[in-house]
Amino acid sequence: MRHIISLLMENESGALSRVAGLFSARGYNIESLTVAPTEDPTLSRMTIVTSGSDAVIEQIIKQLNKLIDVVKVLDLNDGKFIERELMLVKVKATGAFREEMKRMCDIFRGRIIDVADGSFTIELTGSGNKLDAFIESLDKAAILETVRTGASGIGRGDRILKV
Amino acid sequence: MDQSSKQLTGAEILIRCLHEEKVKFVFGYPGGAVLNIYDAIFQQDKFKHVLVRHEQAAIHAADAFSRSTGEVGVALVTSGPGATNAVTGIATAYMDSIPMVIISGQVPTYAIGQDAFQECDTVGITRPCVKHNFLVKDIKDIASTMKKAFYVAASGRPGPVLVDIPKDITAQLGDFEYPSTVALRSYNPVTKGHLGQIKKALKMLTEAKRPMVYSGGGVVLGDASQHLIKLVQSLGLPITSTLMGLGGYPSTDKQFLGMLGMHGTYEANMAMQECDVLLAVGARFDDRVIGNPEHFLSRPRTIIHIDIDPSSIAKRVKIDVPIVGDVKSVLADMNELVASEKPAQNTAALKDWFKEIEGWRSKNCLSFALSPELIKPQDVIQKLYQVTKGDAYITSDVGQHQMWAAQYYPFDKPRRWINSGGLGTMGVGLPYAMGVQLAHPEAQVACITGEASVQMCIQELSTCKQFNLPIKVITLNNRYMGMVRQWQEFFYGNRYSQSYMEALPDFVKLAEAYGHVGMRIENPADIEGALKEAFSPQLKERLVFMDFMTDQSENVFPMIPNGKGLSEMILAEEL
Repeated sequence: MRHIISLLMENESGALSRVAGLFSARGYNIESLTVAPTEDPTLSRMTIVTSGSDAVIEQIIKQLNKLIDVVKVLDLNDGKFIERELMLVKVKATGAFREEMKRMCDIFRGRIIDVADGSFTIELTGSGNKLDAFIESLDKAAILETVRTGASGIGRGDRILKV
Repeated sequence: MDQSSKQLTGAEILIRCLHEEKVKFVFGYPGGAVLNIYDAIFQQDKFKHVLVRHEQAAIHAADAFSRSTGEVGVALVTSGPGATNAVTGIATAYMDSIPMVIISGQVPTYAIGQDAFQECDTVGITRPCVKHNFLVKDIKDIASTMKKAFYVAASGRPGPVLVDIPKDITAQLGDFEYPSTVALRSYNPVTKGHLGQIKKALKMLTEAKRPMVYSGGGVVLGDASQHLIKLVQSLGLPITSTLMGLGGYPSTDKQFLGMLGMHGTYEANMAMQECDVLLAVGARFDDRVIGNPEHFLSRPRTIIHIDIDPSSIAKRVKIDVPIVGDVKSVLADMNELVASEKPAQNTAALKDWFKEIEGWRSKNCLSFALSPELIKPQDVIQKLYQVTKGDAYITSDVGQHQMWAAQYYPFDKPRRWINSGGLGTMGVGLPYAMGVQLAHPEAQVACITGEASVQMCIQELSTCKQFNLPIKVITLNNRYMGMVRQWQEFFYGNRYSQSYMEALPDFVKLAEAYGHVGMRIENPADIEGALKEAFSPQLKERLVFMDFMTDQSENVFPMIPNGKGLSEMILAEEL
């Protein structure tokens, strides 16, 4: 099953490679991994999307906790959570495509953030499924380039991951 | 300016940190990036530096120093090849959870990333085989980093910690203040076990009809031996041990069933398979211990698992009662409960259980046939046991001789049996013996090895000469990589691919060339006499290299073939 794991870690050089190295060394899946400093610059917040059986996920959580730089680990799937991902898509916008792209962008509540002679760049935020759906709804030939950040997640309501 | 506020070089600060940690030995090898550190070592005499002949041996020796004393082992290597040579030693210590601090030199900070001479990404290369590592980029961080390194190495589940220090940092001047305490918000190892779980576990254990204790290296590392003995004896339980746990419970006690696992005894493996409640203490259910986990789990039993590392629990088998905590503390709590609550036991069932165990024991699975012409390796180990009165520190390399040592030299005390269990590193035996002999200068130290393993760190005979280490090297020479040959015989149709040791040196002359005593023993009748001579007062100060020419065809039994279950052993008598 797909799990979203959130963790807080020391914002030190090499911390990211400890996590990435753990996943490759133990053969765990990584679907995506995002990381950036938090409001406390000594801490980084990481979101890892992974998949595995309950036993594998349990081991992943334990192994992450074992890393000396990792301060806190939370499996978001243990409760209610929100997940968002940002995608930038550059699409062909010539002739009939130009109207079509604008319309698709509106339907999915995206924003056109760059307009050029032959292309638009669309910014779209949402769950991974929504971003997938957007890609699927476009004519493949129209897609020039996509870039996705990978999911970030946060617990709903009182579920707070903080030191 | 008064003396206390005098500024020190980074190298001097580093040395002062080692003094603060009361380090007795540093095992190392100099090189460009650590010259400042070596200069500071030259000007101190609080610890002794042991110069090895290859960095791998420095790590192994420091590792064995730790295994035999419980103190943190310390090693020092230079950048680049010094660090890469150390990697095998570090990975060996990591797999067996040995507390160590390894200091590696690094090229100057301004040269990092420039592909400088003797540069490598030491922190990157060692990351998967250390508990933690650090790159010190500011002289102000040396003392706090060293404090953290020793703390992390020795606390929780122990392990090696590497501190990489660029050369320019060791030359700069700075103030020295060693922190008195250390706290890491991201690292708070559990010590006490959950009392509710402990009570539950004890209830299950005392109500069991066929209880069994399975003890591992954690008991030795956690200095929990006395507590384990008390629990096992007060409840009258049968007990087995992993390779790494040997000595944690006295091997000569009647409740001890011998080592379990791939080359464990028949009675230990059968009892492990057939028990109804299993107490695992500081052990990790690894592949060499339980064989195929599905086969293991095909027999229903309740498993209680005490371990300081939560990730060891439920990693390979499902656990019914997990207890995360320091084994010593948890066992002490259990003993207190036994004393205060005096739980009733199912004595009739326990008696029947022991009767069944005695039936398995009567198979006498470790018996072997002596030969008038050929030296049996098992015979050498048994005679070594007699000659040393079972009181020696034994190191071993990896292979058949290692298993025979574990099977035929019963250890009654912890920290006496020093070998590479997890990584299975050939070549550790001799450097291990160095670390042990330095830690225990008056003790008898024997390195049980093979002609293949010993050649992997043979250069250390020179170190042994320099430091007058009177190790007795017991080489079981069968002219084969014995364990490889055994597998090729069993599973590869006797095709002995590359396992024959051709062009062996004359070990007697080799030992003599290094300034030691060499002996070749070819006749079974000479085993005892040769051993007595080697351990005699006349040779007390000398390293004796004993080359026993053993039966080439001897195999290690019992054996669980790869992928089979605990009760699917091959016994010697069945062949």
